Amino acid sequence: MSKKRDEFEDILEERRLSSDLRYAMKCYTPVIYKGLSPCKPNAIKSAVLQSEQVQYVIKQLAKEMGESPDIIQEEATEILDEMGHSMQLGAVRFFAFTLSKIFKQLFQRVCVNEEGMQRLQHAIQEHPVVLLPSHRSYVDFLMLSYLLYTYDLALPVIAAGIDFLGMKIVGELLRRAGAFFMRRSFGGNRLYWAVFAEYVKTMLRSGYAPIEFFLEGTRSRTAKTLTPKFGLLSIVMEPFFKREVFDTYLVPISISYERILEESLYAYELLGVPKPKESTSGLLKARRILSDSFGTIHIYVGQPVSLRTLASGRINRCPYNLVPRHLPQKPSEDIQEFVSDVAYKMELLQIENMVLSPWVLVAAVLLQNLPAMDFELLIEKTLWLKGLTQTFGGFIEWPDNLCAKKAVMSGLTLHSNIARLVDGHVVLNDKGVEDGAVGEIVFKRALAILMCATYRNQLLNVFVRPSLVAVALQMTRSFRKEEVYSCFSFLRDVFSDEFIFFPGISLKDFEEGCFLLTKCDAIQTSQQEIYPTDKGSVIVSFLSTMFRPFVEGYQLIFRYLSKETKEVFTEKQFIPGVRNFVFQLLEKGNTQCYEALSSDMQKNALAALVQLGAVKKKKMSNGFTYNVNQEAVNKILDMFDARIPVQKPVAARL
Amino acid sequence: FCICKSLWVYNMQELLKWNGWGYNDSKFIFNKKGQAEFTGKRYRLGGMVLPTFKEWIEKTFGASLEHKTTSRASLNVNDVPPSIVNEEFLQDLRATKISYSQDAEDRVFRAHGHCLHEIFVLREGMFKRIPDIVVWPVCHEDVVKIVELACKHNLCIIPFGGGTSVSSALECPEEEKRTIVSLDTSQMNRILWIDEKNLTACVEAGIVGQDLEKQLAESGFCTGHEPDSMEFSSLGGWVATRASGMKKNIYGNIEDLVIHIKMVTPRGIVEKNCQVPRMSTGPDIHHFIMGSEGTLGVVTEVTIKIRPLPEYQKYGSVVFPNFERGVACLREVAKQVKKSWMLASLKNTNFSTRRVLMVQCFWQLITKGFLSLQFKGFDPNILCVATLLFEGDREKVLQHEKQVYDIATKFGGLAAGEDNGQRGYMLTFVIAYLRDLGLDYYVIGESFETSVPWDRVLDLCRNVKERIVRECKEKGVQFAPLSTCRVTQTYDAGACVYFYFAFNYRGISDPIHVYEQIERAAREEILANGGSLSHHHGVGKLRKRWMKESISDVGLGMLRSVKEYVDPNNIFGNKNLL
Repeated sequence: MSKKRDEFEDILEERRLSSDLRYAMKCYTPVIYKGLSPCKPNAIKSAVLQSEQVQYVIKQLAKEMGESPDIIQEEATEILDEMGHSMQLGAVRFFAFTLSKIFKQLFQRVCVNEEGMQRLQHAIQEHPVVLLPSHRSYVDFLMLSYLLYTYDLALPVIAAGIDFLGMKIVGELLRRAGAFFMRRSFGGNRLYWAVFAEYVKTMLRSGYAPIEFFLEGTRSRTAKTLTPKFGLLSIVMEPFFKREVFDTYLVPISISYERILEESLYAYELLGVPKPKESTSGLLKARRILSDSFGTIHIYVGQPVSLRTLASGRINRCPYNLVPRHLPQKPSEDIQEFVSDVAYKMELLQIENMVLSPWVLVAAVLLQNLPAMDFELLIEKTLWLKGLTQTFGGFIEWPDNLCAKKAVMSGLTLHSNIARLVDGHVVLNDKGVEDGAVGEIVFKRALAILMCATYRNQLLNVFVRPSLVAVALQMTRSFRKEEVYSCFSFLRDVFSDEFIFFPGISLKDFEEGCFLLTKCDAIQTSQQEIYPTDKGSVIVSFLSTMFRPFVEGYQLIFRYLSKETKEVFTEKQFIPGVRNFVFQLLEKGNTQCYEALSSDMQKNALAALVQLGAVKKKKMSNGFTYNVNQEAVNKILDMFDARIPVQKPVAARL
Repeated sequence: FCICKSLWVYNMQELLKWNGWGYNDSKFIFNKKGQAEFTGKRYRLGGMVLPTFKEWIEKTFGASLEHKTTSRASLNVNDVPPSIVNEEFLQDLRATKISYSQDAEDRVFRAHGHCLHEIFVLREGMFKRIPDIVVWPVCHEDVVKIVELACKHNLCIIPFGGGTSVSSALECPEEEKRTIVSLDTSQMNRILWIDEKNLTACVEAGIVGQDLEKQLAESGFCTGHEPDSMEFSSLGGWVATRASGMKKNIYGNIEDLVIHIKMVTPRGIVEKNCQVPRMSTGPDIHHFIMGSEGTLGVVTEVTIKIRPLPEYQKYGSVVFPNFERGVACLREVAKQVKKSWMLASLKNTNFSTRRVLMVQCFWQLITKGFLSLQFKGFDPNILCVATLLFEGDREKVLQHEKQVYDIATKFGGLAAGEDNGQRGYMLTFVIAYLRDLGLDYYVIGESFETSVPWDRVLDLCRNVKERIVRECKEKGVQFAPLSTCRVTQTYDAGACVYFYFAFNYRGISDPIHVYEQIERAAREEILANGGSLSHHHGVGKLRKRWMKESISDVGLGMLRSVKEYVDPNNIFGNKNLL
């Protein structure tokens, strides 16, 4: 199962030995795309404005709105100025210098697979390249640019959220370092879409620089990979579909943090304490964290994936041959499906190469043994989990072959804000639990648990297939393969926004889950049946306990939706409503499921119901409203509680 | 009336190569000094030495004069599949007094066209299935008799014109159990009449291009239809494949030239009742015939438009800094200049065979031009040349010439002289001989064509060339291939593009298979880039697999139903197209 992976190299090591200034001023001559027609950022901007694509939309809008094309052209220029990058070497060097200083302060090591960088170097020369990193922190794109600079590769142009523009100086600096900015949502604005899409495509076609963006769309607050967004991906794929480029390389990049810079911010945010708007002064305050340590970063640059190879035999070429290429064209259904498949594939590749630190294992064990756990037992269990994780294909980096005790200890030291060692027991760091109001106790505890969960979460996508089989085994209390599969398939549908599943291969996922469980001797299967072995019950129960917060959390949220809410509501009403509901249950001690307080889980659960058809989502002028079909929700809830068997025509050929 | 003796004899193989392109006496060779030379006196290039050709072929392909493959010297009659013809048919045939032959050489000569794999088989192997008998009708009535006999005895007829097909159209289906009759039209080669009032001529379909033009010229006319193969290809073949000639901007393609067609089918004779410029009588039945590739019947007589020989002809050429600018210029010319006055062909000279000939042998002028161009900042590796031909009355020619050069200047083009234009035009006919030379030195190659909308020309060219290079690498070709292209025709809405592709196959056990895989990939690439399955070579058996995609299920069904009605017993069983 475990694939051969490249070795890591610490790029900070050299930084600690030689001058940062000299490094920043080094001769920087990145390799470039072989078909590059060199041009300045401004030339790109005017090419975009003059392009048939943008001009077409301008004319259309002018006709529809009865305005002069000049005015709309003006608007387009403004949009372009707002989003355009203006990469300058000076800014790049400034970043190289300051980031060296900052990174050395913050991180012990920044480890990179050098072979991946070499593959990237080849790829950049051959075809336009799209970098697809995972997104856990603002550090992601700074780090990636820094990395490319270090290896003398062309700096990417980055699609970053426009919030950054609020940070005055930094925003401008980022722009000069190659960032371009997109509004978070512009679905309705055709001009914006046209200008943006053309801007990205022009840079791609000309091979100007690698394009970088985040499939997840935003930083994952839970460290769990978010389901992909398709808009930008379909833009960068279009030049290939229309054969304006011969091929395009998609490069999945996994960036894993031993300790995430924003961990506590995220936890507050998930609990509904609003996140501070990105501002320069906010960043300066964040300097406080400079005194803190954040361990090691692992960056794994995956194998470049040829879009041409992916598309081979899948795309019906007719639609693109029959319409002039500059006309905006809604992608056909099979294209949309293809884009979605590629997006999931790329995320699964990111997940596959995401490094898991020992602390991730500790967090997973600890969360099953609250409020306190014997230290020795924790070490033993952590080691046990390490073996299991590797069986499941997880990518564990055990630092310097430390003995288990030292590894756990060093994790505890790095994460002393989350847990600590008291009298031979490890306890969560939920200070102030003893004193203060009940509400505050719950809040503090939730905070600690959510932070801890952020680390356990990194395991989940590796574990999800065997674990859902385990959960299904327990839920159905049956050994009949067919029933277990029905239940598995149901769970997979319900959790489709929570975890990353490649679309439409439920059966294959089930088989993989069974295979992995068989591999670790947890279950035995026959043609018809599937049952845990004697020693396997430990594994099965560990796996299902690992996912219990989600099963219980969804049940709570569904219960809220079926009983406690109005039939029609907006998202703004939903989140506080469900939060209050869970909060009260926690205060009364009627549940221990703190994770149900997470707005991320709440949104995912709602989205799942929308997908299952139990809630209708409608777009209104001021956002979305939701309409609950309570009967349907009850039915799903019943299936969840295993009061009725899963009823879905899912029991396909087994 | 004009009844002339044809250049063509019954045994074409005495005049033409049996295992390669063109005349026996004309070919590229390396002389004793190791210099390349073109033999014979038929072409202007004849007898000239090309001193740097050797270096070029070595550099481009990694070929070497030491590594030579030789074709067998002559046909081995013992390898040839036996002729199986039943006696009753032979008796009936003899009664008609139509010439026929069961000779092995005659049959092999008509068993193939000029695809690479066909030539390769001739040089090193043998076809599995060839015609059993060759017949030479001399007139329409003969054809009617042959078709009747074929129906009576349930035989398969494969019409044969000039034999220049590059779509496997002439290959006999291996599984054909019936006697295969090769119907050679070469003896139906008379101009039946010329109508000067209406500017039309009625011609028997077996006449080859050069004879047609020569004979018309004697009366002061021409058709202006000049495909690259016009020395050997026949009028009937043009009709059967929807041919296109390089002067089509002036005179039109075959579908624009044809006024009336007479075709013999198993159902009987199909023709129109009058010879008019246009008629509205439902779908034009000519369009079932043109491009039918011998699947419906034999075209016997064609009335074709003629024009008085042009009063004035002027060649020209323009050099562009790169292919992109050249294409942009041609597009603009197609937009602005009244189409009936010029033709243009644009050649990306990068790695081109033509440049070698052009620059290094007999084009002194362009050699000078070349040097001076370098001063003007043209990169000799990427510059490209457009050759031009203007025909018509003098005043208009000059006027249009000026217009074209003005446009060219706007796109960075520099006039490169009349001679270059004329030589470019002449070279068209010689290029086909190059492949046979390559074959002697482990280099195999082919050209193929497509048509494409203007806005996709550059992308298509780049992607197809790149795909070829990539596929070669993947398929284990050890040497970098030659992969280049040329815009040969311009239309209002698009252009015809030719690709030239060749590689050194040393170290590959099955070069033809590899070659075919690469060509197929290149065609896939063309289709994915919005190009057509074929501009004028036709489909044959080589490109059948893409027909459904090209014309839709229903479209294919329409063609099938015509075939079913016209030829229910599949007498014309060459299996082309459908």
